[in-house]
Amino acid sequence: MENLSALTGAQKDELMDQVKQQIAVANAQELLTKMTEKCFKKCISKPGTSLDSSEQKCVAMCMDRYMDSWNLVSKAYSLRIQRERNHM
Amino acid sequence: MSDSFDSFSSGLENKSGDKELQEFLMVEKQKAQFNAQIHEFNDFCWDKCVDKPSNKLDSKTETCLTNCVDRFIDVSLLITNRFSQLLQKSGGM
Repeated sequence: MENLSALTGAQKDELMDQVKQQIAVANAQELLTKMTEKCFKKCISKPGTSLDSSEQKCVAMCMDRYMDSWNLVSKAYSLRIQRERNHM
Repeated sequence: MSDSFDSFSSGLENKSGDKELQEFLMVEKQKAQFNAQIHEFNDFCWDKCVDKPSNKLDSKTETCLTNCVDRFIDVSLLITNRFSQLLQKSGGM
């Protein structure tokens, strides 16, 4: 940590931006991995020689629904955290 | 701002610099943990609640997802409380 204290304001801002960006990338990667796994499971029951159009449509729809679900879960979780805070 | 200026004038600019970064990292860490938790909830609530993906999430599925999050937290709290009671009873802690 010693050399961190020698950072200028601009360097610190840059560092913070980089941290934020790396977190955002990690978050997107996690979402991507989960979506691929879940939508593969839901849409490809028997892997054929290629992805047929109905499978592709299913995967596209599944992606959208997975993100809907993510947002819904996020909302439910933040509401719950708020409620628990008010109880304290 | 005035805070960092005060410590600057008292010759503690190094410490105040660390503090700002530490606070920033703490907030970012909390946000990342919150996000990780949502990924986990969405993972198993999706399996429990979502059938074949269609044009939109129907209201039944939406209710199921919301309930899934709340009930999971309920179970987590219940188990934590009961577990600590069991520990106390056994005199272990």
